[in-house]
Amino acid sequence: MKAKIHITLKSGILDPQGKAIEHALETLGFKNATNVRMGKYLELELRETTKDRAEAEVKAMCEKLLANTIIEEYRYELAS
Amino acid sequence: MNFGVIVFPGSNCDHDCVHVISSVLGQKATPVWHKETSLAGLDAVILPGGFSYGDYLRTGAIARFSPVMNAVKAFASEGGMVLGICNGFQILLEAGLLPGAMLRNKSLSFMCKDVHIKVENAATPFTGLCESGQVLKVPIAHADGNYYTDPVTLAALQANAQIIFRYCTPDGKVTPDANPNGSLDNIAGIRNAEGNVLGLMPHPERCAEDVLGNDDGRAIFLSMLDALKKAKLKTVVV
Repeated sequence: MKAKIHITLKSGILDPQGKAIEHALETLGFKNATNVRMGKYLELELRETTKDRAEAEVKAMCEKLLANTIIEEYRYELAS
Repeated sequence: MNFGVIVFPGSNCDHDCVHVISSVLGQKATPVWHKETSLAGLDAVILPGGFSYGDYLRTGAIARFSPVMNAVKAFASEGGMVLGICNGFQILLEAGLLPGAMLRNKSLSFMCKDVHIKVENAATPFTGLCESGQVLKVPIAHADGNYYTDPVTLAALQANAQIIFRYCTPDGKVTPDANPNGSLDNIAGIRNAEGNVLGLMPHPERCAEDVLGNDDGRAIFLSMLDALKKAKLKTVVV
């Protein structure tokens, strides 16, 4: 099973990288881009075929290591 | 006294800390490799600055799972003094030994310069030889020093006098302009509720002797030594 994990700063927390990218986009003429949020994307293969168990494991990975839930939120997709 | 200095892969201020403890304080400094599982015989522990595990994922996120961190947690829970400097502070945050988290500097730049910090609480084992309100000039060198925590935790830090150092102007005014990284409430250093674990972003070990032209950082190490000596004296008396 394959997991695709997205980690971003929680809404409301200042994202300086997102802001810098937004300014750069604006400078390039992309005036319609607002609220740019920069995040991390991880892919991993799981030796687990049961979706429930895979989901529980990915969630535990996010909570324990991959995301810092004080400042970040995460979401994931699972595909076999 | 015997000060342990934890060495993670990527630590780069460990030798500076060992130097200050041994050459400036005249005490024993013991480097402790991150694979160690015991801190027996140590009187205090320092987590030095650097880029543990290359800062991969998040600063301190991987180092917090080093085997030695279980021993550091046990040491702290028994009341042992733990000082985290810069990356050491970031590791203490990730390990949950101190509340909050670090965000990228507001400027997005790696900041390497002298800053001024105000001693907000001099009644701690880390600042006992300082005066309340004293201003120290200490260098910072970090990209992720923008301290963040939720409003409830921030209120608790303020109410319990857990904010030990705030970024300030040379004359001690805590202003937004004196804040180099966007830290909440100008926070440069905090301690835990129990008072025996301190983390700070500035590097006192880089300014702890006259030959460097600045010895403001020495007060923090001397305060730790003083607190340890007093604690030992108390034990002997009892």
